[in-house]
Amino acid sequence: MYVARSPRIAARMLGEEMLVMSGHDSTLFTLNPTATILWQAADGATPLDEIVERRICTEFEVKPEDAMRDAEELAENLAKHGILLISEQPIVKPDAPVRGQR
Amino acid sequence: MSALLREMGERALRLGVPFSAQLDLTYRCNEQCVHCYLDHDDHGEMTTAEIKNLLKEMAEAGVFILTFSGGEIFLRKDFFEILECARSLTFCIKLKTNAVLIREAQAARLRDLGVQSVQISIYSHRPEVHDAITKVKGSLRRSIDAIRFLKSQGLKVIMANVLMAGNMQDYHGVRALAEELGAEYTLDPTITPMMDGDRSILDLNAGESALRELFRDEMFVGNAEEFCAPPPPPDAESLSSLPCSAGHTACYISPYGEFYPCVQFPLSCGNVRQQRFIDIWRDSEQLKEVRSIRLKDLSGCSQCAHGSTCTRCPGLAFMEGNMRGPSTADCEKSFARTGIPSVNLLAKKEKAAPPRLVQIQLVPAITGNRLSGMSAVA
Repeated sequence: MYVARSPRIAARMLGEEMLVMSGHDSTLFTLNPTATILWQAADGATPLDEIVERRICTEFEVKPEDAMRDAEELAENLAKHGILLISEQPIVKPDAPVRGQR
Repeated sequence: MSALLREMGERALRLGVPFSAQLDLTYRCNEQCVHCYLDHDDHGEMTTAEIKNLLKEMAEAGVFILTFSGGEIFLRKDFFEILECARSLTFCIKLKTNAVLIREAQAARLRDLGVQSVQISIYSHRPEVHDAITKVKGSLRRSIDAIRFLKSQGLKVIMANVLMAGNMQDYHGVRALAEELGAEYTLDPTITPMMDGDRSILDLNAGESALRELFRDEMFVGNAEEFCAPPPPPDAESLSSLPCSAGHTACYISPYGEFYPCVQFPLSCGNVRQQRFIDIWRDSEQLKEVRSIRLKDLSGCSQCAHGSTCTRCPGLAFMEGNMRGPSTADCEKSFARTGIPSVNLLAKKEKAAPPRLVQIQLVPAITGNRLSGMSAVA
């Protein structure tokens, strides 16, 4: 699974958390430090399991399989709100219509 | 405002982050509104490169909500280049415009760039009233066409209705027009002095009786009895509260790079052409002074019955001559709302009263051969 930040969101770090506003309905979200790492690493080119292995498991004491399950759930949730794009293929052009973008 | 956004604003205040900013891209305008506070001549606007550099600095400083305004923003030929740059820096972008230059193509591009909202000034639903205020024939029709283009792209549009004596009777019509077009509606009954201090345009303000009527219109204020109820006296908490977000989590940059606490607060704190945005935000002595002010420090207002509920604007107070003083426009609104004059209004009334020619004065009783007396003092 590949993940990419939607180009239609607004985002800014505020203290330890990432503040993200959905582009399609202006809903506001805050991402905790773990979710922020995943979101920042979501470049469309790095597979999610690699992000989890290299960025999450090295930062937090968590079993890789648990981290992967949580990351997939988080990615699905963020995609539902249109702030993350998900694809089985690398996402070369983030504004192309893929899952999670409305 | 959502609870989360309010919470983030409070966090930004604790962290000393400039959470929101307004950047006026130009003071030039294609309308000549009778109540406008700006000098529309170009006195050396920032270049595209200067603005892009500023945007990077603002993003690094933590600005999240960025409002582009003017003047008319679409008069800048590089407007979309600036907007693209801002969106690449993931700002939440709001636009303020008269929309006269927005056609289908511009609306589609704004949608593609993920603009959060577009606020458009509409003064009346009647062309003869709106166009008389903008002094541009056909401007209402152009602005309404633009709202339709923007709405067809799914964009959030806010119709901003500035109220003054000349259009006060039309606000129900503007609200109905907003509903018909699927736009949000906001009204503001405050005319502000010119940036150079000229106060003559304040004569355009709606009178007290019109304000009183507006504040009792339940379509706008909800429960009028509650809205107009006498305010509770200021308590310890309100006395130590901040006047508003200007200079605390919000700021304003002019087209010439001047840094102010707010668009309505022309206290120069520095210039982004000479200093980094974050250095002005952190180190400006003027901003430090603005940040030090609490309600309890305000002469008159701290003793005023309206202290805890007043919408006092520190910028308007500054333009009246004292950033720690009252803002008479807000005193007048408080009076129109509750019927209770503010400390400031009472003082002004006292000052304006004609001198008494003859004053009758009781003289204390004097013992001895004079029992008591009254003396007339010229």
